[in-house]
Amino acid sequence: MEYLKAFAVGGIICLIGQLLIDRTKLTPARILVGFVVAGVILSAFGLYQPIVDFAGAGATVPLSGFGHLIAKGVRSAVAEDGLIGALSGGLCASAAGITASVFFGLIAALLFNPKDK
Amino acid sequence: MAHKIGKQTVIIDGAVGVLASAAVGSKKEGEGPLSADFDIINEDSRFGEKTWEKAESKMQRLAANSALEKCGRALSEVDFVFAGDLLNQCIASGYGARGAGVPFIGLYGACSTYAEASALGAVFADGPAKLCLAVASSHFCSAERQYRFPLEYGGQRPPSAQWTATAAGAAVIAKEGNAPFIKAVTFGTVEDLGINDQNNMGAAMAPAACATLSQFFRDTYSSPEDYDLILTGDLGFVGTSLLRDLMEKEGFVLGENYNDCGLLIYDRCRQQMEAGASGCGCSAAVASGHVLPRIKSGELKNVLLVSTGALMSPTSIQQGETIPGVAHLVCYSSQKGGIF
Amino acid sequence: MPVSPNEYKKMGDSAVPPTKEWRNLCGAFLIGGAICALGQLLLNIYKCAGLGTPAASTLCSVSLIFLSAVLTALGIYDNIAKFGGGGTLVPITGFANAVVSPAMEFKTEGWVLGVGVKMFTIAGPVIVYGLSAGVVYGIIYWLLNMVLK
Repeated sequence: MEYLKAFAVGGIICLIGQLLIDRTKLTPARILVGFVVAGVILSAFGLYQPIVDFAGAGATVPLSGFGHLIAKGVRSAVAEDGLIGALSGGLCASAAGITASVFFGLIAALLFNPKDK
Repeated sequence: MAHKIGKQTVIIDGAVGVLASAAVGSKKEGEGPLSADFDIINEDSRFGEKTWEKAESKMQRLAANSALEKCGRALSEVDFVFAGDLLNQCIASGYGARGAGVPFIGLYGACSTYAEASALGAVFADGPAKLCLAVASSHFCSAERQYRFPLEYGGQRPPSAQWTATAAGAAVIAKEGNAPFIKAVTFGTVEDLGINDQNNMGAAMAPAACATLSQFFRDTYSSPEDYDLILTGDLGFVGTSLLRDLMEKEGFVLGENYNDCGLLIYDRCRQQMEAGASGCGCSAAVASGHVLPRIKSGELKNVLLVSTGALMSPTSIQQGETIPGVAHLVCYSSQKGGIF
Repeated sequence: MPVSPNEYKKMGDSAVPPTKEWRNLCGAFLIGGAICALGQLLLNIYKCAGLGTPAASTLCSVSLIFLSAVLTALGIYDNIAKFGGGGTLVPITGFANAVVSPAMEFKTEGWVLGVGVKMFTIAGPVIVYGLSAGVVYGIIYWLLNMVLK
């Protein structure tokens, strides 16, 4: 059941992405930016946490979950450290994901070449 | 001597002809319906080089050398080289001609470069030069990283997208030549009907093709039926249907004798090419490898090649500009005598 | 030109073959759903191994990023994306693909100005606007807390 929920909700969020690809001329970078910022905003209004509670990874794995992570990080950092938390919270919370991508990217570049298409 | 008639057309008076031409391609081109027409197919699209840009330069050299070899001429006999490609600052051509020791005229006409180079080569050969070399190339991988995304980036191609051909073509154009003779050339105007989707190049370039082609018919008082084959460069599926509509509005009906290099080089369905091929190398290879030899053999008599180019850059696209197009025309004939 | 830009736009729109919308939507739903279900599986495994929810969640993201990096390096991710579309773009794996693919591609331009700079050509804006939205939210959140106290 848990997996079904993650599958369905994650699938629907990706479906929205596909609609943006097919129906608009938005480039992938713009779509990704849209998802992250939408995640921050939904989380700020307390609308994203319920989706996470319901669908688990179905809501945290899409990039809107990345936005939610940033908003959550900011929220707890501000509660703990005051205004300075607005600057530190977001990057702290998303640090592992960003660093992992960058580091694995470097390793991949070290070991592999792009293939001919 | 070449002279201008009408608004944009230059008539070549002498017996300027293409001594030999050659086409170079890679894996995808070798899997396509024209594979037998390529002089060189290299399965490794890096052509043994470290970068895609170097590979493209190598393709230009291979095409040029192969064409010269076919007609038994040496590079040192060439008076001028006209060459171009899609890369920033035309590096594939510049580096390709490095060390050749031949006067180099670098051209940028986007995918119209092959016709542009051939047209200029013909005009020069009817005047100051004896032997000219026209070369153009494109490489899927070098174009992709410059204009779109890294090769391993996961993206979907919309149905109007075109595939940049990994190909090069070269033609040796001589003053006292043989068939195919170049009878006339038309240099095109830059046209823009407001298309801003860089995944729809065919639509962006069709107006330029229409402008050049209809002006050529007016300048020479000829009509589409006078030619065995009218071939546009890389309008693809979308652009060809738009060109037919636009030409009809101009009063010229393109019949069964009309085709597009971008629809010939690949099998669109089997090779999943969406709207067809594009790139300087597309019309360069199809003309050099497929069309010119058929004019030489007499299978085709009078042929119009209209290579089309989209004159945008990633900068202009990011600045929200629409995409202008340009098209240049070369009129080939198997006969020596005048046809106009 | 025989037509105006407005007329031409209409002609152009009707000349473009339609996108295979249903096929694309199915692809996005299936692939995107599958990636999220895989995430859920990883999450559960890490929780069973005794990790707390935040740590398990972080490790789950990192694992998916690693998987995406491997598939990108082997030249497989872009082939999945041809079918998956939004399903491979929107999950965190799409973000990783957007970082790893230019890193590999621009190696030829050097490790600093090639790999180091171009890594962020697609993913950079995501970080910039994600973090900035977070800062704006943090300030508003802080102000609201001040007022409401």
